[in-house]
Amino acid sequence: MMMQSTPHFLQAEGICHSFADERLPVLENVALSLPAGAFVALVGQSGVGKSTLLRILGGLTVPTGGQVWLDGMPIAAQQAPIGIVFQRDSLMPWRTAYENVRLPLEILGEKNSSFSQQKALDMLALVGLAGYENSYPAQLSGGMAQRVAIARALVHEPALLLLDEPFGALDALTRERMGQELLRIWQAMPVTVLLVTHSISEAVLLADEVLVLNGRPATLTDRIPIDLPRPRRLEQTETAVFQEKITAVRQAIRGD
Amino acid sequence: MQNWIERQPNWLVIAASFSCLLLLWQLLVVLGGYDRFILPGPADVARQFGVVVKDGRLLRHTLITLSEVIPGLLIGLLIALPLGYLLANSPLAERLISPYLIASQAIPGIAIAPLLTIWIRSTYWSRVLVAVIVVFFPILINIIAGFRSVPPELYQLMGSLRATRGQIFRKLEIPAMMPVLLAGLKVGATLSVIGALVGEFVQPKSEGLGFLLVTARYQFKTDLVFVVLVTLAVIALSMYGLVTLLEKRLLRWRKQM
Repeated sequence: MMMQSTPHFLQAEGICHSFADERLPVLENVALSLPAGAFVALVGQSGVGKSTLLRILGGLTVPTGGQVWLDGMPIAAQQAPIGIVFQRDSLMPWRTAYENVRLPLEILGEKNSSFSQQKALDMLALVGLAGYENSYPAQLSGGMAQRVAIARALVHEPALLLLDEPFGALDALTRERMGQELLRIWQAMPVTVLLVTHSISEAVLLADEVLVLNGRPATLTDRIPIDLPRPRRLEQTETAVFQEKITAVRQAIRGD
Repeated sequence: MQNWIERQPNWLVIAASFSCLLLLWQLLVVLGGYDRFILPGPADVARQFGVVVKDGRLLRHTLITLSEVIPGLLIGLLIALPLGYLLANSPLAERLISPYLIASQAIPGIAIAPLLTIWIRSTYWSRVLVAVIVVFFPILINIIAGFRSVPPELYQLMGSLRATRGQIFRKLEIPAMMPVLLAGLKVGATLSVIGALVGEFVQPKSEGLGFLLVTARYQFKTDLVFVVLVTLAVIALSMYGLVTLLEKRLLRWRKQM
């Protein structure tokens, strides 16, 4: 894993983590490395520690042991903001769609420039929500709210995008469409994506590589490259080679 | 019948039911044959109201009481805000302070009022302080609940943007807690009137609606007692209405739900 020729953009070594109120550690000795611009999926059974690992990699949770480097710098010292999307309820209900997308720019201090205004509007258009700028989150459907959350996660052009089951609360059809949109956006922007999902087919369809987290305490047990041609389309899910990958990931999760 | 009432505008329903109430009241006085100093009728109260409005007494005492109510509410809010922030964010502070806060609630704030008149020389400030004590706790509880109601995802979002503590406070915590804070302020607004009144009861200097009430009772001017009660109700309702108005302005996004 450390032998890749591309520079390691996100790298983690010896990650261990325990929660104060739990006897067993959640994560033990997790190591991974993602090249810049990769799209990697992280799968595993529910409660295995995927979200915890994601938060550690984003510098939002300090692990009890181990090190994370982002772009060659320890994550704790890394001042560059990242993008993050959660499963649900992560929009600020008191802000309109446009104001939600503008938030990262305000935090970064680009508040009043017309440039940042245009950027927020362009981002909303990119996720297909032109015309909904002044809608409040409560007026949007689940899928639309997640589009706003994706726009917000990307408006400040972060180099790393963390997705924590972003489509988990959506119905199956919306979910498939959002996956395709996500690929379109990823191809339009130079961003490294780490996607936590419990949908194996979503992981295989979207990612370059599927990482499997297993056990208690959990560690990365498998790393399955997905060498299907891009651009990926929903029709590919019907092919035999796609089904083979699905089977491989499923077996890895079960620990066969 | 029920459908017919539901179709009428709100103000009409309230006006009609209020008229009925007045009518019943007057009927009770007439049929019961009560003396005026036991139970005055609405007409007596209205006449007395005219008298105290004309001689300026009602306005003077009302303004005195208001000058205690409003600072009482605001000072209570200003103390509760930083303390609530501290208690919501620091488990240590919570463990150290909250047992005393909860224990202090076993003593009715009103019972402390006589003590304050011993400790505080200023009549005015001892009255304000009673109001502060009465409004403080419910507002504090709401502020703590408000800070705790912020979804953890939003804190993580702010973390992912590397927001400063101040930015988190301004852009996340304050707006997120605003609905709960305003709910607490509504309760506090009505309580502050009670607090100021109690302060006036125990600190009998010759001004304020509480003073007017006590004197009216001693003089068996029961109609004046009613005038004061109605005035107090109007003050409390206006304060409540003011906070509701503020709520409508600040929480416009809620109406869209």
